[in-house]
Amino acid sequence: MSEISVLLPSVLQPLAGGQSVLTAPVDGAVTVGWLLDAVTGEYPVLGRRLRDETGALRRYVNIYVNGDEVRRLQGLETEVAAGQEVLVIQSVAGG
Amino acid sequence: MVGMATAERYILAIGTKKGLWLANSEDRKQWSLSGPHFLMSEIPSIGIDTRDGRTRIMVGVRSEHWGPTVAHSDDLGQTWTEPEQGAIKFPEGTDAALERIWQIYPDAESRPGVVWAGAEPISVWKSTDGGEHFELNRGLWDHPHRGEWGAGYGGAAAHSIVVNPAGDNVHVAMSTGGVYRSLDGGTSWEPRNKGITARFMPDPNPEFGQCVHKIAADPAVGGRLYAQNHHGVYRTDNNGDTWESIAEGLPADFGFVMLTHPRREGTAWVVPLKADGERIPPDGNLAVHRTDDAGSSWKRLDSGLPHREYNAVLRDAASVDSAEPAGVYFGTRGGSVYASADEGETFSEVASHLPDVLCVRAAVVSHAG
Repeated sequence: MSEISVLLPSVLQPLAGGQSVLTAPVDGAVTVGWLLDAVTGEYPVLGRRLRDETGALRRYVNIYVNGDEVRRLQGLETEVAAGQEVLVIQSVAGG
Repeated sequence: MVGMATAERYILAIGTKKGLWLANSEDRKQWSLSGPHFLMSEIPSIGIDTRDGRTRIMVGVRSEHWGPTVAHSDDLGQTWTEPEQGAIKFPEGTDAALERIWQIYPDAESRPGVVWAGAEPISVWKSTDGGEHFELNRGLWDHPHRGEWGAGYGGAAAHSIVVNPAGDNVHVAMSTGGVYRSLDGGTSWEPRNKGITARFMPDPNPEFGQCVHKIAADPAVGGRLYAQNHHGVYRTDNNGDTWESIAEGLPADFGFVMLTHPRREGTAWVVPLKADGERIPPDGNLAVHRTDDAGSSWKRLDSGLPHREYNAVLRDAASVDSAEPAGVYFGTRGGSVYASADEGETFSEVASHLPDVLCVRAAVVSHAG
């Protein structure tokens, strides 16, 4: 069994017990949606910051898999495998 | 309790586009300010619950990035708690997601755990545990009119909730949709807009669809409510069955604010703006107007307010407290906040140069020490 790591921006780290990286054990490829479920299971407030109650990614939350934003791939159905880097970054918004 | 100044102090919670500030005062003239709390999140709704011997401040918080949530503090803002699963969450099957909490309304003294909320998308919620968890009001959500309710300029939301002391009559106002009334505590709802115009619609007198900006109940006369409409100021004396204009004597009939006195019959405050196309105080002269006779006449109140002010006052950016005489508070989109300890006769500045003020709520609390 391997692991996939999700890197969090500093503003969200207090909601993950101060951690900058959350990991999930995986056995083969998983979807980004599955990965978010796995890493936010213990941190439901963090989970709500990333996705709304329908499960949709919030508009100004971007998730990158190996440098590509998942909306340009298959969204939360995008597959990710052990060893790939998953980044959560807030996009530019507000004034 | 009211009037024992040595044992009480006043708190004023100021929700802005970029965070929450809390002001404290012993005389409602000199204020000390703390904040920002929730920096970079907007605070469009605040409820201060002083029932049951405690003071709980509840805030609707919304981050552009991280979405909306409800938080509460039982220690006057020193610490905040957010329920892990979220206090307001659309249930599965609705295919809806919470956008913004527009209203947090603690119910009557006789129902100490009950708190109502109004939200965007247009929905009403009820908590029975002091605002920690809310349930969607299905009667309104499943209403056959819902598909025809529209969005006002600020979004489509239920922004006003008024519950009578017996708890069976609930009035909700939404933009746009108008006033809806329930006679069974929120189980079923009917539009109650007769007499309120909607100039922006092909039929200016529709059954529903009005853009009512704010409603408030008269505290002493059952069945009497006041409404500030998107053009038009109204009163009903029959629980919303019919509304009549009380705009005569005001410099303009547009605006967002409607406040009523905590105890006294016939007293209400509005803050007129020139028009929907010119959302500034008439001639740039900011003033509050008060009626003491249920809208038959209005008195202009501007002592202590700036002579030039071009910013609007939003629907929830005004509040009264429960003291005697009642305090009146409001904030502008220019970030100025004003307080009156004498029902609006004179104002003093609480704060200036804050971000746009979206919501203010005031309360009288007991001295801690």
